Amino acid sequence: MSLAAIVAIIIFLVMFVMVVTEKIEKHYVTMGCGALMLIVVFGLIMHDGNAVLETLNFKSMIQSGFWIGEAPDASGIDWATIIFLGGMMVMVEGLSHAGFFRWLCMQLAKLVDYKTIPLFITFMIVSAILSMFIDSITVILFLAAVTVELAKMLKFNPVPMILSEIFCANLGGSATMCGDPPNIIIGSNLHYAFSDFLVNTGAIAGVNLVIIIIYFYLIYHKELRGDGTKVDTSNFPAPSEAITSKFYFFGNMIIFFCAIVMLITHANTHLSVAFIGLSVALATCILNCKHLKPIFSKVDYKILLFFTGLFIVVGGLEKTGILEQIANFISKVSGGNVKIMIAIVIWISAIASAFVDNIPFAATMLPIIKGLSASNPALLATLAWTLSIGTDIGGAATPIGASANVVGTAVAGKNGYPIGWGKYCKSAVPATLIVILTSMIMIYIRYC
Amino acid sequence: MEKQIIITLGREFGSAGHEIGEKLAERLGISFYDRKMLDELAEKYKVDQGLIEKYDEKIKKPFFSRTVRGMSNSLEDLVFEMQSNFIKEKANTGESFILVGRCGEMLLGDREGHMSIFVLGDKEEKINRIVELYSLSRDDAYEKMRRHDKKRKAYHNSRCEGKWGDSRTYDLCVNSSRLGVEGTVDFLIDYINRRIAGLK
Repeated sequence: MSLAAIVAIIIFLVMFVMVVTEKIEKHYVTMGCGALMLIVVFGLIMHDGNAVLETLNFKSMIQSGFWIGEAPDASGIDWATIIFLGGMMVMVEGLSHAGFFRWLCMQLAKLVDYKTIPLFITFMIVSAILSMFIDSITVILFLAAVTVELAKMLKFNPVPMILSEIFCANLGGSATMCGDPPNIIIGSNLHYAFSDFLVNTGAIAGVNLVIIIIYFYLIYHKELRGDGTKVDTSNFPAPSEAITSKFYFFGNMIIFFCAIVMLITHANTHLSVAFIGLSVALATCILNCKHLKPIFSKVDYKILLFFTGLFIVVGGLEKTGILEQIANFISKVSGGNVKIMIAIVIWISAIASAFVDNIPFAATMLPIIKGLSASNPALLATLAWTLSIGTDIGGAATPIGASANVVGTAVAGKNGYPIGWGKYCKSAVPATLIVILTSMIMIYIRYC
Repeated sequence: MEKQIIITLGREFGSAGHEIGEKLAERLGISFYDRKMLDELAEKYKVDQGLIEKYDEKIKKPFFSRTVRGMSNSLEDLVFEMQSNFIKEKANTGESFILVGRCGEMLLGDREGHMSIFVLGDKEEKINRIVELYSLSRDDAYEKMRRHDKKRKAYHNSRCEGKWGDSRTYDLCVNSSRLGVEGTVDFLIDYINRRIAGLK
């Protein structure tokens, strides 16, 4: 192994450990490690200026396919993903500022006449559907808060409902290209369209959603039925009270609707995710020009910096040939058997994502699955869907596996309903095992 | 008491800091908050008391929790936050009280009538006291003392800027082995009265 490869591995491992320990904010960690990769590995050891430029990948943004048309092949910083994520965050904050999410939750609760079991099932479905288009952190932030509010009014324990919503948010996120960051990385890097995800991981997630609703219903319905006491719902807050301004409410909803249409049709229109992200951000800025400050103050720019640094570090690993060696190792272990490869990728991804951030994991695994399918290009898509399901669903198993889990359990705790590892894993681990196993079988039946 | 005074008390295990705090509260006629306030805390937040006790003054375990957008799902953080809010709310009511541990000097350090005290003791004196209180052998007593102080230090230093037991963190550090429990209480009463006299 070359010196560059050894140093690259050390930088990567240090980054991984520091991200997990959270001693230093993780965007500083990835940016710092990214800078080390550029200076030490590419500069001082490899003396390769081109590797630095290729990893920084600025030139991709001036290529025509970056915005409209066929996206250029590139390694290093995936600017399309970063611009898309940033744009969607701005749009979501616009929606949130106008009161959309709270209105939606309260409206749905009213529609089911504030009955606990229908509410429980409705919120699971809403959590999955919303997470298909917007980040699951925002979805859970609102759903969990409204669930606690309704639980206090209707006198039921909100924990089962919050746990089910978290799981469904992770499941819904796996259904589309923009549902979960690993999917954006996979989709934008391998040039898959929104519809590609929808008919592949989306179909798997759809079947799993039905199974999971039944699963959570079976384990929680007794707890949620309560003591049967009638609650007077006439004094409950009207959903319309959540709307801060009708103009901004409808304006931001139109932008959200346009974003969904652009995402669904982008294979036909050839608009890239970078274009979609930038256009929805600009539209949100123009519409909300009078109150941009509160919107931008809530945009999580740190995650964008985290991604930038992460792409550099993973780019460094890729350039030093380590990921290719890991791919060769997996290929050797599986003896070229596709079913074994799928099993390795889905279970390793799921187990690793249950304990470590699934974003760096997916970014690292992507070049590995490319390597695994080097001699069989048809295999790449199958492994991409496998990786997507493994990382997205594996993250649902523990309270630290995905950001939605952290936010959901934190909201519950702040409201007097602490959720520890035991309580969380008791329902989430079997659910994750069921979904991963079902998904693996579906992948075998459909692709092998 | 006309003027609000809040005394936050840090202590080494076996130094009689807790007993000194109780006696001070009694002599001054003010409330005394220690681990027993957890009952009130659990009642206020409608949370299982066992859970609060389990995570009270505990250091956050690495790898078992995460922070996203400033929101932590660590139960240690959650209990600390509940406790901090509870303590600050108590202080906001104007009530005078003595608070043992729980990073009190950091939470209430900006209040006008606040005084922070740290009670320490000689090693042998502390071991003798632990042997008597818990009916342990000297070796076991030493081990218990070492373990508790290590935990208290780690908890305090993970939450506060000032270091546990460092004289710069407190208004006054007093070695209870010099004057004994009663003598230390008398000394502290004198100190507290002088501080009260200096309050606006």
